[in-house]
Amino acid sequence: MKTSDDPKTSGTTFDVKQLTRVYGEGPAAVHALRGVDLQIPKGDLVVLLGASGSGKSTLLNILGGLDRATDGQAHFFDKDLTAMSDAQLTRYRRHHVGFVFQFYNLMPSLTAHENVDLVTEISDNPMPADEALDLVGLSHRQDHFPAEMSGGEQQRVAIARAIAKRPTVLFCDEPTGALDSTTGRQVLRVIQDVNANLGTTVMIVTHAAATAAMAHRVIHMADGAVREVIENETRLSAEEIEW
Amino acid sequence: MVSPLDRKLLRDLWRMKLQSFAIALVIAVGVLLLVMMDGLVNSLAQTRDAYYDRYRLAEVFAPVKRAPDHLLDRIAAIPGVSAVEGRVVGGALVDVEGQTVQVRARAVSLPEFREPRLNAVYLAEGRRLDPRRLDEILLLQGFADAHGLEPGDSLTATMNGARHTFRIAGLAQAPEFLYSTAPGELAPDDSRFAVLWMNEEALAAAFDLDGAFNEALVSLDRGASEPAVIDALDRLLDPYGVTGAYGLEDQISNRFIHEEISGLRASSRSVPPVFMGVAAFLLYIVISRMIESERTQIGLLKAFGYTSAEIGAHYLKFILVISVGGVLLGCGLGVMSGHALSGLYQQYYKFPFLIFRVDPSAFITAIVVSVASASAGGFIVLRRIFALAPAAAMRPPAPADFSSSARLVAALRRFLDQPSRMIVRRIARQPMRSFAASIGIAVGMGLSVAMLGVLGGFDKAVELNFNVIDRSDANVSFVEPLGEKTIYELKRLDGIIEVEPFRSVPVVLRNGVKSHRGALDGLTEDAELNRAMRDETHQVYARKDGIVLSKPLAAKLDIGPGELVTVDVREGRRPVLTLPVVAVSQSLLGAPAYFELSALNESLEEPGRVSGAWLRIDPAKQQDVYEALKNMPAVAGVSLKDEARDALQRMMDEGAGATRYYMAIIAAIITFGIVYNSARIAFAERAHDLASLRVLGFTKSEASYVLLGELGLITLAALPMGAFIGTGLAGAIAAGFSTDLYTIPAQVGFSNVGSGALAVLIAALIAGWLVKRDVDRLELVSALKSRE
Ligand SMILES: Nc1ncnc2c1ncn2[C@@H]1O[C@H](COP(=O)(O)OP(=O)(O)OP(=O)(O)O)[C@@H](O)[C@H]1O
Ligand SMILES: [Mg+2]
Repeated sequence: MKTSDDPKTSGTTFDVKQLTRVYGEGPAAVHALRGVDLQIPKGDLVVLLGASGSGKSTLLNILGGLDRATDGQAHFFDKDLTAMSDAQLTRYRRHHVGFVFQFYNLMPSLTAHENVDLVTEISDNPMPADEALDLVGLSHRQDHFPAEMSGGEQQRVAIARAIAKRPTVLFCDEPTGALDSTTGRQVLRVIQDVNANLGTTVMIVTHAAATAAMAHRVIHMADGAVREVIENETRLSAEEIEW
Repeated sequence: MVSPLDRKLLRDLWRMKLQSFAIALVIAVGVLLLVMMDGLVNSLAQTRDAYYDRYRLAEVFAPVKRAPDHLLDRIAAIPGVSAVEGRVVGGALVDVEGQTVQVRARAVSLPEFREPRLNAVYLAEGRRLDPRRLDEILLLQGFADAHGLEPGDSLTATMNGARHTFRIAGLAQAPEFLYSTAPGELAPDDSRFAVLWMNEEALAAAFDLDGAFNEALVSLDRGASEPAVIDALDRLLDPYGVTGAYGLEDQISNRFIHEEISGLRASSRSVPPVFMGVAAFLLYIVISRMIESERTQIGLLKAFGYTSAEIGAHYLKFILVISVGGVLLGCGLGVMSGHALSGLYQQYYKFPFLIFRVDPSAFITAIVVSVASASAGGFIVLRRIFALAPAAAMRPPAPADFSSSARLVAALRRFLDQPSRMIVRRIARQPMRSFAASIGIAVGMGLSVAMLGVLGGFDKAVELNFNVIDRSDANVSFVEPLGEKTIYELKRLDGIIEVEPFRSVPVVLRNGVKSHRGALDGLTEDAELNRAMRDETHQVYARKDGIVLSKPLAAKLDIGPGELVTVDVREGRRPVLTLPVVAVSQSLLGAPAYFELSALNESLEEPGRVSGAWLRIDPAKQQDVYEALKNMPAVAGVSLKDEARDALQRMMDEGAGATRYYMAIIAAIITFGIVYNSARIAFAERAHDLASLRVLGFTKSEASYVLLGELGLITLAALPMGAFIGTGLAGAIAAGFSTDLYTIPAQVGFSNVGSGALAVLIAALIAGWLVKRDVDRLELVSALKSRE
């Protein structure tokens, strides 16, 4: 594990300390994160594994600026996400974050192409929506509405939407959960390419343990905490993954 | 290129087109009312002013018994007087075929060889008077039309006791006779009031006024003081038998039209805001619920890094399209219906032309109110959503908190089946939202209930006046106050069952700076046929020791029982009395004041004089009685209650009150709009749940039952609130409709509430049926999918 006191020079994208997230209060309180410590080096492709309810989505949401921690710190380079104002968080999401949600979360009244446009509209250096859709193999469906697409196709649109802005960090919450092995590999290939070619830091939450083989770093979560971090000596390419 | 958010906007609008239209319509009718009323008031006032100006209506009228023409030069010399005209006017009785009694008329002179300097005449048909002919007249057009008289016809009239037969040269109108009421009556009736314009020489001869005039007309210099001129006129004309010069504001026709316009203005200021307020409230509720249902999408936009300002702007556009669309539609419809209605008013008031104009401030008010209330609804919800972290906003709203409703549901378990429990649980889970939905429907119902109450109030005004206050069949007035002997003569007539004398004198009532020019009616102590009433069942008896004021008059003078009022009598020896107010009576028509008959006569030092009498007539001998009255020289005119009642009804239906029907329709549209929107939104909010239910194996009717049952409960809860709100609104609307001419009582009865509730229920049924069709058609897969 790399450690350094100065994250700016170390190339650490995220430096997380004692991150806690409690939903609700009193006897009904749910401790989704109970003190997470974690470092993600810049350019890493990280896979998060863990049982359902272990806090993976919660962690991703906080690192993606979608939610706020109850306690602890989470540095994105030299900026502490937990100390940011709403406006700063908005700018952070706008300029740095690509998100693929566990549920596809497409705008029902916009076509595939327009769903991608929705994000490229407000980014500084986006790739054209056509190109992003082409990357996920959906250029022929670009004028279809979400209701006219299968779950896997919707998920691929969501991925195109996330990578089209060329984000600094890409969060994928179970991106392949609904996909068959061929499309699943295809999607992972895209993500791997983004990571390799653009240097994007990627965090993937998945239940498919085999996916871990393509990561630089595998994080096991249990009960709201990090139980184990494994650095892979050798990595498989997306096509080689057992499904 | 259209931005993706704008595309979303357009598609969402299209998807919700029916609902958007329903909202826009509610705004539109509120605006319609505002613009229409404003346009009406403006155009009537401006048309009147232009008409007065073009036909040189005098500003001061000075009636005298007889004054020599050379006095006119001295009047012209009074400081502040800009023009003077002297003329002869007199009373006449016109014989008309088909009319049971003779019609009262006014004969007015016109100079032979020039245009009148003041009070010119608009010739509508035929030709001007031939200056050489003494038997030609111009006849008031309204009267001629009512009796089918045309130029070339002849007309017989009694003037100064002699019968004359005239040829009608032309039909005319004049600003001083815009509003022609039979004397002693309040409501105008074309068929029962005539004006004959004649050559001065002919009329002067008929009234023995050669070389003299009996009315001076005066117009004023700009900025001149009217009271000063009136004072000077009264002093100058004192030796010639003045009854007091008066300004235009006391001229009968002008006063009526002024009352009508200010009545209309009052309702235009108070009624549309009530409607707009209701529409605005609805808008607020609907928009806030619509945006609430977009919550996950808002969270998503935030997750992408859209700023609150950008998202706010997106929804503002959405709100603007609907509300500005509604405002524009309303302005268009308002101008159109204002134009149409003012056309009717033009006929009713007999303006020879019409100026239609809406004050731009009405448009601005409409836009500001609608847009502001719609935006408020949007922004309050947006702020709440923005306050959430995007991760929370993206989750479906309000994570089910069953704990509060769990006990209730558990208690109900034994009585309710599963779908019914779902209804109860939903309402219990979001009591505020259910309450807001109920309030929305209640306000809509309140508006309808209030309008029904006001419609009933108009009938009630007529009913109270003609069945409770006035129980006579007819009223006779004498040419001048006569001795009681005439009463005995009337009593002896075969067919007259009862005779009740009265004396009526022109007075100015004063309390400090507040004053009222009107009549003081002397009634007998035991008056039966025409009475003052405290309420529907209790009479107020006229008293010798003080006067009874009607409620509107007491309000106008700001005076109550026990206080002293100054009575400036404008007849006979013209005494100025100070009398206590002894009681206040109910009056829905006019603003009368009552005094005991003999006490009134005593104060005038004219014992035993009466101005006329109220009669009860045996229906079988009606014709004989009228025939006999026609031949009594003392009788100046007879007015039949039925005719007076019809005239009043017509005044309410065609005058300022005519807008009430528009308002009732608009209230109904708003009520339906509210109910329909509530159903639509409930459906949108529940579509996903309903689809889930269906997937779980619930039947279509069970699914609809869950939705409509909730809607039904919310609607039922709205009914009592609606009744309550309606009662409050009725007061405000009725006050807006009441003028100095008549008071509209605001009484919301059981039947009004019943009808209002029924309307809401019918609206709920129709809305429910429309929504049920959608539930039945619900495509399970896409409904489930559409939630991301
Ligand atoms: N809004 C919320 N309110 C209350 N509890 C929540 C909320 N969101 C998540 N939780 C709880 O926090 C814990 C962690 O949830 P999280 O979604 O992070 O799990 P996860 O690891 O992503 O699970 P999965 O693999 O099933 O997606 C769970 O126990 C969950 O029930
Ligand atoms: Mg998860």
